[in-house]
Amino acid sequence: MALLKMKNISIEFPGVKALNEVDFTSETGRVHALIGANGAGKSTLMKVLTGAYTHYTGSVQIDGKSVDISSPKDALNEGIQIVHQEVDTVLVPYLTVGENILLHGLVNEMGKKQLVRWKTLHQKASQLLKDMNIQVSSKKLVSELTLAQKQMVLIARAVSAQCRFLILDEPTAPLSHAETRELFRIVRELKAKDVGIIFISHRLPEIFDICDDITVMRNGEKVAEEEIAQSSINRVIEQMLGKALDEQFPAVNGETGETLLEVKGLSDREKIKNLSLTVRAGEIVGIAGLVGAGKTELCKTLFGSTAITAGDVLLKGKKLKLKSPYHAVRQGLALVPEERRKEGILVEETVAANLSAASLAQFTKAFSFLNRRAEKRKSLEIIQTLGINTPSEKSKVQHLSGGNQQKIAIGKWLLADAEVYIFDEPTKGVDVGAKRDIFELISALAKRGKAVLYASSEFPEILGITNRVYVMYDGRTVKELETVKTTEEELLFYSTGGR
Amino acid sequence: MELSKPIPAKAAPKKRFELFEFFYKYGTILTILVLIGVFTAAHPSFLQGQNLMNILRSISIVTIIAIGITISLSVNGFDLSVGSVASLSNAIVISMFVWFSQNTVVAIFSALAAALIVGIINSVLIVKVKIPDMLLTLATMFIIQGIALTYTKGATISQNMVMPDGRFATGKISEAFQKIGQVPWIILIMALAVVLVHVLLNYTKHGRYMYVIGGNEEAARLSGIPVNKYKVAAYLLSALFASIGGIVLASRVMTAEINAGTPYLMDGVAAAFIGFSVFGAGKPNAFGTLVGAILIGILQNGLVMMSVPYYSMDIVKGAVLAFALALTYYKLKK
Repeated sequence: MALLKMKNISIEFPGVKALNEVDFTSETGRVHALIGANGAGKSTLMKVLTGAYTHYTGSVQIDGKSVDISSPKDALNEGIQIVHQEVDTVLVPYLTVGENILLHGLVNEMGKKQLVRWKTLHQKASQLLKDMNIQVSSKKLVSELTLAQKQMVLIARAVSAQCRFLILDEPTAPLSHAETRELFRIVRELKAKDVGIIFISHRLPEIFDICDDITVMRNGEKVAEEEIAQSSINRVIEQMLGKALDEQFPAVNGETGETLLEVKGLSDREKIKNLSLTVRAGEIVGIAGLVGAGKTELCKTLFGSTAITAGDVLLKGKKLKLKSPYHAVRQGLALVPEERRKEGILVEETVAANLSAASLAQFTKAFSFLNRRAEKRKSLEIIQTLGINTPSEKSKVQHLSGGNQQKIAIGKWLLADAEVYIFDEPTKGVDVGAKRDIFELISALAKRGKAVLYASSEFPEILGITNRVYVMYDGRTVKELETVKTTEEELLFYSTGGR
Repeated sequence: MELSKPIPAKAAPKKRFELFEFFYKYGTILTILVLIGVFTAAHPSFLQGQNLMNILRSISIVTIIAIGITISLSVNGFDLSVGSVASLSNAIVISMFVWFSQNTVVAIFSALAAALIVGIINSVLIVKVKIPDMLLTLATMFIIQGIALTYTKGATISQNMVMPDGRFATGKISEAFQKIGQVPWIILIMALAVVLVHVLLNYTKHGRYMYVIGGNEEAARLSGIPVNKYKVAAYLLSALFASIGGIVLASRVMTAEINAGTPYLMDGVAAAFIGFSVFGAGKPNAFGTLVGAILIGILQNGLVMMSVPYYSMDIVKGAVLAFALALTYYKLKK
């Protein structure tokens, strides 16, 4: 049994008071949820705890004894470990699972020894994996693993060293339902082994499933700390936002027009098989499916990013030639991709350059010269209408929060003025407040008579925002449903292969 | 999960950081000024108009080739074949005059055409076959070098050279062509190249697209930017500028020596990379490349004046490049 206490933690960056007198506790053998909107200061607080920042004020105590954490090494010595969301940044893909798990030992504890004992290494790693009931061979290369397995390797690595407190930073965001269940099993096992777990997530139902305590943060301050049994989802949302969340979803647009987009017997090289669907003008059509059902592949194929091997895509009855995204954009399609940082935004560029990237032709004078004044004016307009929180249109996008980045990824297509908007998991990694903004944006597009495809594995969102739903399973649409007549259970039933 | 308000990178003590920022932006230019000061103190004739012209003339070929490299860098590509392309163009343009007694226009256009063919081969293999640019252009570098050598049969082409059949070559290099390599034309060509590419990269749609592709190719593609077209254009322009460099070189030396263009590759790469940090651009840019070339030119010229033996020149050149790269990458790490 050990008790970790952070007391009166404050930290300031020029112009921003990121944390203000925050208290936080974690007890071994319990799972403590840390919740807050993007920018509430969760990450900053955890960075303080893991020694990434040194210029904070306040104290950290373990079992009443003050400990000095001013470097990542100090944190490790106290048994504080973290598993980040971006697993690929800390794994070596062309080494085996075993080597990755015991990397710390290989690097720091070899001493004068020069030779690696492969047999002992793999034995040790296998034992660790077996203890946690993880079915991955120690000799497999990390590059061959799925994302969920990589995460487990990281957890195994954390546990391989002395680990009293384990921070899981949004571990479930990229996982499927089955993988999440598996992760929770491991979390419970760690809990039984008297590890204190700090669990950061945006998915509230999960938190009520796995956690014992909850701390809610808002604007760099702690607003609540209680046992999970005393809280509820609505209560947490209220605490996060500082106000009651009256209606999360805007009203569904009832007036739909003629069929705008028609997909007939579409197939791609790998995943999509003989898929058909239609979207009317002013309609939001959901593509519901679990991770791996082929939603992203469908979006990319429709957008010309992966090759179509069979089938037709028609817009207003006219057959589209979708050789590349370039052609798709010219014919009136827009895609807000799932992997925002990798595919949607240009982190090194300014907000203005991002917003105009898909429609730069609008902002040119003779001989393709840029009209920067027009670009600035339009950017400011979009920043205002979408409520993008940025110091100016010249700020680099990498400094903005996830929700704001997503608004920019959407905003660039508002300028391009497409006919069909395809959204692939648009609320991934976005906090509750920004989510509502994004829903309103999408709903406004439909009201303007655009056709909207909304692909997501978050079924409550699909139910909240769409007119109709297609359920995808293994690269096909297995069921078409009227949103008002269906339920989350039904969506889950069909998306897990039920008939 | 970042803070909703941006965290300015300057979390450390403010003053020191601004000083560093200052050196990042103006370090290259300061270095140039310091070098000018030192060389003038040692040799007052360094600052004379005649010598400054000399410097500009001596850097013009490097700059033109480096401008081509800058374009390939802007789409996050890399073209190692520019030195060989310059050699090939040099050989073709001189041979057109000397061996085939052609006029100026034919000579220049044959050289440019040959370079564009190389550009097409490079870009198709990079864009369609998807060979990593550095490796592919390394391969074409050897191929083009070999083709240039085979074409000249390993000999230096010059006026009145002895042909294999024992007679003398009768072709003459035209008066007009000789002008290209002389002041002021050679400097004007360089200035024109810098200005044109500067405008292209910073003030046109195409330049913006190229930087966007260089920054995040996948995002650029999914924004509907024809990524492949722009990459092809970048490699074509890169070859084109290399060829212009080779032609200007031919006019200056009036001969085609084997591998004459090769040394320009490394100087060009150095100039383009030094240019990253100029005025805090943080990316390849034409004006910065010019500044980089000027830095190298001044060093070379000043060191010659101070009677530093030519064989130790590369040590200094390399050290300056390392310093400039340190400025760029130390900044990028922040």
